[in-house]
Amino acid sequence: MKEPIISIKNLSADVEGRQILKGVNLTIYPGEMHAIMGPNGSGKSTLAAILAGRDGYHISGGEVTYCGQDLLALDPEERACEGVFLAFQYPVEIPGVNSTYFLKTAYNEIRKHRGLPELDAMEFLKFVKEKVKLLHLAEDLLQRPVNFGFSGGEKKRNEIFQMAVLEPKFAILDETDSGLDIDALKIVSEGVNTLKRPDHAQLVITHYQRLLNFIVPDFVHVLYDGRIVKSGGKELALELEETGYDGMIPAAAVPA
Amino acid sequence: MSTSTDTIEEVVKSEYKYGFYTDIETESAPPGLNEGIIRFISDKKNEPEWLLEWRLKAYRHWTTLKEPTWQKADYPKIDYQDIIYFAAPKDLADGPKSMDEVDPKVLETFEKLGIPLHERMRLAGVAVDAVLDSVSVGTTFKKQLGEVGIIFCSFSEAVQEHPDLVRKYLGSVVPYTDNFFASLNSAVFTDGSFCYIPKGVRCPMELSTYFRINAAKSGQFERTLIIADEDSHVSYLEGCTAPMRDENQLHAAVVELIALDNAEIKYSTVQNWYPGDENGKGGIYNFVTKRGIAKRNSKITWTQVETGSAITWKYPGVILQGDNSVGEFYSVALTNNYQQADTGTKMVHIGKNTRSTIISKGISAGHGQNSYRGLVKILKGAAHARNYSQCDSLLIGDQCGAHTFPYIEVKNSSAQVEHEASTTKVGEDQIFYCNQRAIPTQDAVNMIVNGYCKDVFQQLPMEFALEAQALLSVSLEGSVG
Repeated sequence: MKEPIISIKNLSADVEGRQILKGVNLTIYPGEMHAIMGPNGSGKSTLAAILAGRDGYHISGGEVTYCGQDLLALDPEERACEGVFLAFQYPVEIPGVNSTYFLKTAYNEIRKHRGLPELDAMEFLKFVKEKVKLLHLAEDLLQRPVNFGFSGGEKKRNEIFQMAVLEPKFAILDETDSGLDIDALKIVSEGVNTLKRPDHAQLVITHYQRLLNFIVPDFVHVLYDGRIVKSGGKELALELEETGYDGMIPAAAVPA
Repeated sequence: MSTSTDTIEEVVKSEYKYGFYTDIETESAPPGLNEGIIRFISDKKNEPEWLLEWRLKAYRHWTTLKEPTWQKADYPKIDYQDIIYFAAPKDLADGPKSMDEVDPKVLETFEKLGIPLHERMRLAGVAVDAVLDSVSVGTTFKKQLGEVGIIFCSFSEAVQEHPDLVRKYLGSVVPYTDNFFASLNSAVFTDGSFCYIPKGVRCPMELSTYFRINAAKSGQFERTLIIADEDSHVSYLEGCTAPMRDENQLHAAVVELIALDNAEIKYSTVQNWYPGDENGKGGIYNFVTKRGIAKRNSKITWTQVETGSAITWKYPGVILQGDNSVGEFYSVALTNNYQQADTGTKMVHIGKNTRSTIISKGISAGHGQNSYRGLVKILKGAAHARNYSQCDSLLIGDQCGAHTFPYIEVKNSSAQVEHEASTTKVGEDQIFYCNQRAIPTQDAVNMIVNGYCKDVFQQLPMEFALEAQALLSVSLEGSVG
């Protein structure tokens, strides 16, 4: 059997004394796309943030193994170098910093980490222009400051573009669909589908089923109150659409 | 995982690269200030009687003044009798020498600072006047500049060779009565640069002065005078560094710019005096008066990148006297550790259709305190004058401070004055975003801060824009970790 890309075992975490994750278990193998769905406050974004290494969370139990390594022991930038990518729910603006320069710095950090020679400005420009074409994006994106003055849709598209450039082994998409109109949703989904590779894996976090009309996951998990309460195939998302989250929660998941 | 505040607090501790001291035989005056010392300086420089008289008048006026206290900076009282007002490498104390006669150690000092003075190593396209403590060491490309009629030399030399020009313009923009530190400078100034661009000449290269404090306990009081005659154009740069010492040292300079009709002066500063250590010990007190006067259709641009000094106190201004004249001020001021900066500009609109632009970017890190203080004054006759001011403050960490003190006086109703201000924090969000894209925290902070300063760096000549970026990175080292 193949080695999993990521294996989360009994992960518990709290923020400012409040327990958010209460024992999450999830294993993802190469070539798979998983979706995590759940109502607001179920811990979806916390899970994404912890996997990416954001400060401010206290891990109270469990472990996360990424490609054989203890993921939680790595700094966020080390995780990024190892191929972990988070498409942010709220991409951050960095005024005055040119997008191409930003991405070139990121890309070369990763190359350095892998012992590869860095690309110079010309080589990199050629490389990103191909990616822009691949995702049908406007080239002026490269000249603009990182996310600065972007519309909500543009920001989300830019996340997918960065993902295309950095070619992560494990990509987490945190509510990439939120705030998108149907056209933007299509563009973003197409991008995600284009980037699918048999040796990589993706974890899509979403509140709504509609994203999963465009991005078809291999597995769907329902996160509720800090635990995965149900897992299944893509049909689980449709079932969820009909019953709502309340109809899905088994009695065992409700705290006594 | 560390908590979020820890991350940011670490980013601002840096090593000062230029903190070395050169052991050279130095001739200095004894500490203290009195008429005798002023006569001593004037005599050393073999000055004409009128200049000595001017110095003495300035000194007598200074003794009637009180040190100002309105600026936002705390520092222990300065003992003006404990400062050495003249210090020079021994072989240069009695006047300029040819480059071959200068102590090799002095030349090495400048080489170490990246300012080679020897003919074979000179910086391409930049003429340099190098000032060490109280004297000019030498000026490069003098001959080539002389061929198009440009005078670029040390102030002391100008007094000897071009006394009429010096006498006509010295104190014409910053009179010796202007303020406490300008009066002090007028009494004891030792050297600095002098520059005259004749009518219709566009200076073919960047002119630059590099100021270095070396001797202990001495103050540096330089005086720079730049005259751009009608229809001429010049771009001028100054840089400065000093050794690391536990005691504070005083630097009180005066810069006067004169832009005659249709002339343009671009004056850029990369100020990197020793800022003191991470506990606020030592560092330069940088109390400087800089002002330009702009005649008809002329333009003066001040661009400054202020990263050094324990305390910075300067307001490069423009008196927009001629109709249609333009004044610009672009500033990046960074305070880290315990540095304090109170800086800004004064734009005084006198002529019709005069325009001024102010872009100020203050960055505070560590325990740094950064104040923007700026005056926009539109006088009665300044019909249709326009000003645009933008003052932004960036905070790194939660121990620093940013303050804005805009003063606006408008006496003509046809004037348009706009003022915008913002304060932002380098967010954990921004840093985490960069981290998640494989960019380490220190690089992320540098990137964010450089992006923030972009509008100002664009105004610097290219080589200096790169230097300024690098300098900012060094100055921010350790501010997040």
